[in-house]
Amino acid sequence: MTAIMRRELSAYFASPIGYIFLAVFYIFGGFYFTMTCLLSNSSDLSFTFNSMFTIVLILVPLLTMRLFSEDKKHKTDQALLTAPVSLLALVLGKFLAAVLVYLLSLAATIVYAMVIAVYAPPGWAHVMGNFIALLLMGMAFISIGLFVSSLTENQLIAAVGSFAIALTLIIIDSVAPTITVPWLRQVFMSIAFFSRYSAFTVGKLELSGVVFFLSICAVFLFLTVRVLDKRRWS
Amino acid sequence: MIEVKSLTKRYGAKTAVDDISFTVKAGEILGFLGPNGAGKTTTMNIITGYSSSTMGTVTVDGAEILEDPIKVKSKIGYLPEHPPLYLDMTVKEYLSFMFDLKKVKLIKASHIDEICDHVKIADVYGRIIKNLSKGYRQRVGLAQALLGNPDVLILDEPTVGLDPKQIIEIRKLIKELGEKHTIILSSHILSEVQAACERVIVINKGKIIADDTPDNLSKAMSGDKKLTIRVDGPESSVFDLLSKVPHMLCVDKLGMREDSVYDFILEAEAGHDVRRDVFLRLAERSWPILALRGSELSLEDIFLQLTDENSPAAEQARPDAPDSGGESEDETRESGEES
Repeated sequence: MTAIMRRELSAYFASPIGYIFLAVFYIFGGFYFTMTCLLSNSSDLSFTFNSMFTIVLILVPLLTMRLFSEDKKHKTDQALLTAPVSLLALVLGKFLAAVLVYLLSLAATIVYAMVIAVYAPPGWAHVMGNFIALLLMGMAFISIGLFVSSLTENQLIAAVGSFAIALTLIIIDSVAPTITVPWLRQVFMSIAFFSRYSAFTVGKLELSGVVFFLSICAVFLFLTVRVLDKRRWS
Repeated sequence: MIEVKSLTKRYGAKTAVDDISFTVKAGEILGFLGPNGAGKTTTMNIITGYSSSTMGTVTVDGAEILEDPIKVKSKIGYLPEHPPLYLDMTVKEYLSFMFDLKKVKLIKASHIDEICDHVKIADVYGRIIKNLSKGYRQRVGLAQALLGNPDVLILDEPTVGLDPKQIIEIRKLIKELGEKHTIILSSHILSEVQAACERVIVINKGKIIADDTPDNLSKAMSGDKKLTIRVDGPESSVFDLLSKVPHMLCVDKLGMREDSVYDFILEAEAGHDVRRDVFLRLAERSWPILALRGSELSLEDIFLQLTDENSPAAEQARPDAPDSGGESEDETRESGEES
């Protein structure tokens, strides 16, 4: 698992993907931070964190698109799948590599908080709650992206596919109230990402939210393992 | 070492591998021969655990691939048809990664150095794989398969796309490796199998159609009673004389080769060697024999015969090879083309 994780980490920074991901994340994160905090004379980071949601949504597919599709395309999956490693270790190795790069980008939000701290206490508990929320939601997106990447050998399809799924999960928030069938509305509400995420951004650390995002990770990592396993049988 | 039992693989309605069974003894070099699409790669992918069988079992050194995949995989070094190389890595990084991935318990630096020397890639050790030639990539792939000194090596078309010099080098390497490893090697190039393997399994349309040593195969297929002879003498008289040799079944004229030099094909009754009689009789008449050879088929001919559905030879594919007569003709044909 660690071998795969290290290989994927070095691959991120052997190609431009890792740098582009971090750069874009920092630029837009910095933009929202400047607009909502520095220029508005506010020490409230919740607007910044709130807008991070969109950035993560758009950027995470960039991080996950190549994870399995590239292996499939270049047939390097033969090396991975014939090595004495379990499928779960394989999937987790790739997942953790993406999560680590993602963490690196999230670290910027700590910097924002420290900048605020120069002027006024930013409310560290609030900041950490948001950080955890962003991390959890990103991990959920990464697991979805990883899953889509295992379905195709085309990176573009993987990126667009995971972006579409993530976007759908967000749109659901605004679609759900308009649905008149009660049970369907309930289903839609329960898989909505944004309402759970925004609960964190106003400072509520909800256990149900934590469980929700971790469950999403578990489900999609499991599905990825199944996809790899199924490919052997078809 | 490797036991494959009634292995079947279906892709939807298509049967890629159809009820194949064979065993490979420790230290054996087995050649897997067949046209493209015969099921060689599929079989190898199943043995290495890359894909699963629809039916049947594969046991490597006592462990079954589906029951204990990790144990089986740790015993096998696999070089697929396309070497699974990460093009963005240097050879060093790649081998180091594969070493970790395979959880090899040897001293890393010295083990990798040793392998690099063995497959002669020490001079490209620091280069990015993307920039390497096909021959070097193939060798890096082979190095990867050798990591951890696995008991079993499975090499899928190891010489495809190499130039003749590289082909010879890789073959030599495989022979050397055969001293320490059990090897299964696939190819659609017959000379390769003939050169490197002690035993050949010919596979066509997912079925095993022959399983023997290369020599036995060619003997059995040709029937060792056929001879080709070249004689300096008048055609019709030589023909009459040859026809009268005891136990001669039939003589065919092949026509003139040089001035007053003619070729004939002789077919004797089974179990009789007519070569001495032929020589003595022709010598009596002072008609010199310029050439006499058993018209054994090369593996190439056998292969074509076996894989040709209409050929009766395909029926008698599993021969109890008779062990007499016939000079074996060591004619290795070079056909290094790709599929």
